[in-house]
Amino acid sequence: MTRTQDRTPIIRLTDITFGYPAAGPILHELNFSFYRNERIGLVAPNGSGKTTLFHLIMGLVKPVSGSVELFGTRMESEKIFARVRHRIGLLFQDADDQLFSPTVLEDVAFGPLNLGKSKKAAIDKSKETLAVLGLSGFEDRITIKLSGGEKRLVALATILAMDPEMLLLDEPTSGLDDATKHRLKSILRDLNLPYLLISHEFDFLKSTTDHIYTMNDGKILMDQELIIHSHEHAHVAGRQPHKHV
Amino acid sequence: MDAEPFASGRSWVHRVDARLRIIAALVYSVILAVSNEFATLMPGLIISVLLTLMARLDAIAVSKRLLTILGFIALIWVMLPLTYNGDSYIQLGPLAISAEGVGLSARISLKTMAISMSFMALIATMSTATLGHALSRLGVSQRLVILLLMTYRYLFVLENEYHRLRRAARVRGFKPGTDLHTYRTYAYLVGMLFIRAAQRAERVYQAMRCRGFKGRFFTIADFPASPNNFMFSLLMAIFAAGLILMEFNW
Ligand SMILES: Nc1ncnc2c1ncn2[C@@H]1O[C@H](COP(=O)(O)OP(=O)(O)OP(=O)(O)O)[C@@H](O)[C@H]1O
Ligand SMILES: [Mg+2]
Repeated sequence: MTRTQDRTPIIRLTDITFGYPAAGPILHELNFSFYRNERIGLVAPNGSGKTTLFHLIMGLVKPVSGSVELFGTRMESEKIFARVRHRIGLLFQDADDQLFSPTVLEDVAFGPLNLGKSKKAAIDKSKETLAVLGLSGFEDRITIKLSGGEKRLVALATILAMDPEMLLLDEPTSGLDDATKHRLKSILRDLNLPYLLISHEFDFLKSTTDHIYTMNDGKILMDQELIIHSHEHAHVAGRQPHKHV
Repeated sequence: MDAEPFASGRSWVHRVDARLRIIAALVYSVILAVSNEFATLMPGLIISVLLTLMARLDAIAVSKRLLTILGFIALIWVMLPLTYNGDSYIQLGPLAISAEGVGLSARISLKTMAISMSFMALIATMSTATLGHALSRLGVSQRLVILLLMTYRYLFVLENEYHRLRRAARVRGFKPGTDLHTYRTYAYLVGMLFIRAAQRAERVYQAMRCRGFKGRFFTIADFPASPNNFMFSLLMAIFAAGLILMEFNW
């Protein structure tokens, strides 16, 4: 596998248009590049197409037009996607979609096994990843019986066990209490991986990302349009990107 | 995904080689499926109950599954006795009930319950990945394995979504009656059921692909050679032989 240089974006989306049948376009001629070492937050209203954008990047849905380039390679077919998909870790918005094995260990080992690791190596890798996330002792827990927050951390473990080069995190904080949010914060800081993070929580984004983008009319807007507040306040739009004039 | 409630148990059945369990479940259910004598089917039902006990399955979870299945069996009991063309009839008020129809319904019910319980005890006690892995090691083609597994998963997904939807209707004060509102609600439920199950199955498949799934199943479960395997094979062979003997009245 060829190592891409730092200057090639990990993700390059060019003129992406996408819509579900029988509805207007959700993404419209969207252009976006994501480079190594970036930590970007994405804030936009419900239904604006954030999850759809992530699924497009992973090749789970196909754009009507435009091109997806990952690691400098144009993703023209499912076959090519299948080859590089594991290098990007997608944390699903709903952890229930992500966990499907009866026990935590089996679920975390699923990815490493698919990557061709031996049984022993996969188990070691899974245990190590669980330990990093503070989930040692969870190996034999039954996935369906985990709490919402535990499910989310285990889901994170399932993608980290594959050694991704970047993460796509779809609302990782939803349903987490303050303590777990805090834990997630320090996990993200220690991982040292680039990521694109969807969240509606400004405070969380402020401490975990370097830039905050938003979406409007099916396009991504960079953060020069935004002013991030450093003060605590509450008003109707407090959780959405907004300006004070 | 809460589709594998039986897979995480610790009974000795769970530790029997997955391939042996698949073969046993297949042989056992074929025997039951082709049997016709009540003298075979009744012991069959008892053996299946025994298997679920040996696998130490949660009795409540098993009963819930059976109730769902009984719902479909109820349809057969409504249809067959009234429509089956046989020689003997029982007159029940205005209804002519076919005796053969009743017998056939009873056989179908016994077979269905016995076979589904044996599958709960022998197949549902392994994870999807283990099942897929074992099937391909038994020489089943890769494509067929995926097809089988997805169908199998889909059934559980369907059941699961059904419970969620029913709960949703109930918390909003829905009480089934015999009016149009009830029928319409049920029609919506069934429609939603298939849509939701299909969507969830699709999302799980997406999640699998995101984790490098390319059609081959690997598993960390291993089944070291143990006396369990021998015991299990012997037991199942005795059950099978017993049922065949009963069927032929020996
Ligand atoms: N499978 C689907 N079929 C049809 N329309 C869909 C489907 N999935 C999503 N949509 C529509 O696409 C639009 C964008 O959905 P998406 O899930 O990407 O939004 P989002 O920005 O992630 O929202 P949220 O903040 O609520 O998660 C929505 O209007 C939604 O109704
Ligand atoms: Mg979303």
